Amino acid sequence: MFRFLIRRLAVLIPTFIGVSIIAFAFIRVLPGDPVVLLSGERGMSPERHALIMQQLGFDRPLYIQYLDYLAGVLSGDFGNSIVTRRPVLDDFLALFPATLELSLCAILIAVVLGVPLGILSAVRRGSWLDQTIMGAALVGYSMPIFWWGLLLIILFSGVLGWTPVSGRISLLYFFPSVTGFMLIDSLLSGQAGAFKSAVAHLILPSIVLATIPLAVIARQTRSAMLEVLSEDYVRTARAKGLPPRRVIGLHALRNALIPVITTIGLQVGVLMAGAILTETIFSWPGIGKWMVDSVFRRDYAVVQGGLLLIAGIIMLVNLFVDVLYGLVNPRIRH
Amino acid sequence: MATTNPKSADAGIGLEGGPDTAATRRAMLSEFWYYFRQNRGAVVGLIVFTLIVLVALFAPLIAPHNPAMQIRGSFLLPPVWQEGGRWEFILGTDAVGRDILSRLLYGARFSLFIGLVVVALSATVGVIVGLIAGYFRGPVDTAIMRLMDIILAFPSLLLALVLVAVLGPGLLNAMIAIALVLQPHFVRLTRAAVMAENGRDYVTAAKVAGAGNLRLMFKTILPNCTAPLIVQATLSFSTAILDAAALGFLGMGAQPPTPEWGTMLAEAREFILRAWWVVTFPGLAILITVLAINLMGDGLRDALDPKLKRS
Repeated sequence: MFRFLIRRLAVLIPTFIGVSIIAFAFIRVLPGDPVVLLSGERGMSPERHALIMQQLGFDRPLYIQYLDYLAGVLSGDFGNSIVTRRPVLDDFLALFPATLELSLCAILIAVVLGVPLGILSAVRRGSWLDQTIMGAALVGYSMPIFWWGLLLIILFSGVLGWTPVSGRISLLYFFPSVTGFMLIDSLLSGQAGAFKSAVAHLILPSIVLATIPLAVIARQTRSAMLEVLSEDYVRTARAKGLPPRRVIGLHALRNALIPVITTIGLQVGVLMAGAILTETIFSWPGIGKWMVDSVFRRDYAVVQGGLLLIAGIIMLVNLFVDVLYGLVNPRIRH
Repeated sequence: MATTNPKSADAGIGLEGGPDTAATRRAMLSEFWYYFRQNRGAVVGLIVFTLIVLVALFAPLIAPHNPAMQIRGSFLLPPVWQEGGRWEFILGTDAVGRDILSRLLYGARFSLFIGLVVVALSATVGVIVGLIAGYFRGPVDTAIMRLMDIILAFPSLLLALVLVAVLGPGLLNAMIAIALVLQPHFVRLTRAAVMAENGRDYVTAAKVAGAGNLRLMFKTILPNCTAPLIVQATLSFSTAILDAAALGFLGMGAQPPTPEWGTMLAEAREFILRAWWVVTFPGLAILITVLAINLMGDGLRDALDPKLKRS
């Protein structure tokens, strides 16, 4: 297991270096003067330009600039936002819990619904139930989620008036952020109705963000289950006269879940891409909206730092999933 | 290898022009059609997709109005079946008085064009790079695959968004960015297929017969790797349409007043609680198109993947 971990890390480190080079290079290939871009000042005198260039270290050779940048990143310095002047990492850490809360709810919905639906589909293969579930899954998989979100807003906020249109909680409530998770903080605040408001704000974005992972997980569970159900040991278990519930729940499911775990892990990237759209639609103050806003505000320091942080998180989660997969399935360690 | 196996397709061990090439090809095609037809969804997808292609081709003939024309005094008219709707504008009009139906019909052109260009770009580059990696292996392979890992480390939409920010917003740059983020999938798939084929007898035979590297790569091995690539191309086609619409929605894709579906949605956003139709129809058009292509993709996979064939 240890060697497996080392081998994984050996792949991860060059990838991370590559990712950091892309993030570093990004600001230098942008059209326009990077000094103007990074300082956010326009129409400066040549003397001021030279001064800022020196301050930013742009007068040094590229590779030294990169090594300097990498050293900064490794010690937690991702630069400062051009607009707010605050450290990028601080903003990221302040906004990340919102995205994490949304993503966790979404993946929870996707797994809790997707896995049983996939199993049901596989067990009732060819039935109308199977066809309905798989049809719905394909629709979900093909869904432009930015439109899906707008439709849900029209229905639940516009017509029915059940849910708010945007934000994380009603402005009526104010309490200090303890964990960063609105659901937990609203409970801790002890204010009546705060938790309900937080749930009402969270529900539509979670559904929207869960749509594609739900469809993917249902499809993957079904095909993994079908594969396992045709295995010899399942036939043996059936021949022994075990009740079907036991065969499916114990013998088949355990092995079918192995590829499903990988699929769930791979959804992290999908969730991050989805968060960009979902957070924009629902004005959810998370890192997805932060990145989009920064692109539009030309806050390239934030874009640069955000890219690296997001890619880093995805790589770490993938490593975690890989290790988990190795633990569950000893066969792939070798 | 059985005669029904498409792997035996390249008659005469990688040297084309065997006597039965045409017949084999016809047999393969009918076999493919037989399996494709088994999947009802795939056939429905094919029909819908054909209709969309026809709409795109004949948009100027079918569309009742000029998609860019702003008709005075007809702002935000509802669809015909709602009170206040007019037969003139079957799906209603948008905030500046343009006919939504006409814009949707013209929009089909953009979506199909985007899909086509992105798939052509990413597949061509991806297949060539994947062939090189899988055929030569060694340090070249390692370098290529690390580079692909780097691209795949970013969420695709985020990378595309940032790339477009670098290149400048617009349809062409959006297509380039999407092609770049989709291309690693082709590289990985081609590489895996090439590595699986490379050790086989027919490749060795062609090598012994004196075929050069280029010939071995493109004429001997590549034709036998096409099945998964076709499926991937179909899936990429729908992903490209979705991602381009998403970029358009975020304001980084096609720019107004282009009647691209995602851009139309972005323009309609502020009216969502007042005029449901300006939001509903463009999204529905995206969903139907993407769904039709994905249905076809599922059918193609069933028909082309010999592992799934149950004879």
